Amino acid sequence: MAENILIIVLSTISLIAAVFAVVTKKTINAIISSGVVSLMASITFLLVAAPDVAMTEAAIGSGLTTVVFLYALKHVRGQRSSRDD
Amino acid sequence: MIKYILIFLVLIGMAWLFFPLVVEFFTPDITNNLAANYVFGSAADLNMPNAVTAVVVTYRGLDTLGEVTVLFLATAGVGFFLKRKKHMEGIRRPGSEILKTGSEILAPLIIIFGIYIFTHGHLTPGGGFPGGVVMASAFLLLLMANENFGFSHGIINLTETISGIGYVLIGITGLVLLGLNHFLDPRWLGLGQWGRLFSAGAVPLIYSFIGLKVGAEMSGLLDSLQSDGGEQ
Repeated sequence: MAENILIIVLSTISLIAAVFAVVTKKTINAIISSGVVSLMASITFLLVAAPDVAMTEAAIGSGLTTVVFLYALKHVRGQRSSRDD
Repeated sequence: MIKYILIFLVLIGMAWLFFPLVVEFFTPDITNNLAANYVFGSAADLNMPNAVTAVVVTYRGLDTLGEVTVLFLATAGVGFFLKRKKHMEGIRRPGSEILKTGSEILAPLIIIFGIYIFTHGHLTPGGGFPGGVVMASAFLLLLMANENFGFSHGIINLTETISGIGYVLIGITGLVLLGLNHFLDPRWLGLGQWGRLFSAGAVPLIYSFIGLKVGAEMSGLLDSLQSDGGEQ
């Protein structure tokens, strides 16, 4: 039962973060909040007894993907005049 | 405004679509024939406690080989497209004092943890892919903390090549030693004692090669993203 409540809380946080990623104006906020979605997903995987998937999701989803997006943002800003922040 | 209303409509639609899946979900008490074969076969035939690794490396080994190939192609593509703008070498901002000190303590531990994950893939959760990515995240930490840090691309390419060739060679050895339908069969190396590090045939070797390959590819990808195009 406690597990179910925790999963519902985590899903709610990731839903809020996902909606925030869509509606926010600054690109960097969207990148960070999509990282939050991945982090919540990885905790959920841990709760439903999939530790290996949780490990991969935490390392790739919230670690490397966020950084790759940040580098991509840097590239885009370098080529355009930075107008969206 | 209409955009937000549409977003919430799509969200409600998705919830309506997936709600039956969540409500009707239950954990089955008995496994079906295929799953039972995998679960009991991993213990009986392969002497491997982690059934997930048994499926990924042995029973579905060809899929894993394809997955490694796809990853290699993806990183090679990124490297190819980023390497063409070599003249845009930028000035890197040094990391803060906290980041520098923290990375000195944490990076070796993270690398050792990554090595642990992929060498113990047949015993504990995890395997080559998570282990390699964890190693790459340690290199990312070093890359962010020190502005002069860089990899030798020769070593990275060498690691990648040796791991890829080693993985295929292990598969072919199974083919040569055990017979025609034993490509990627790890049982040509002794099965060893249950639960020890050197057991389960060639699986630790295969996962070490995959881990090194994934780690080298990811580190090379991050390095080429870092060293290219930063002109601020």
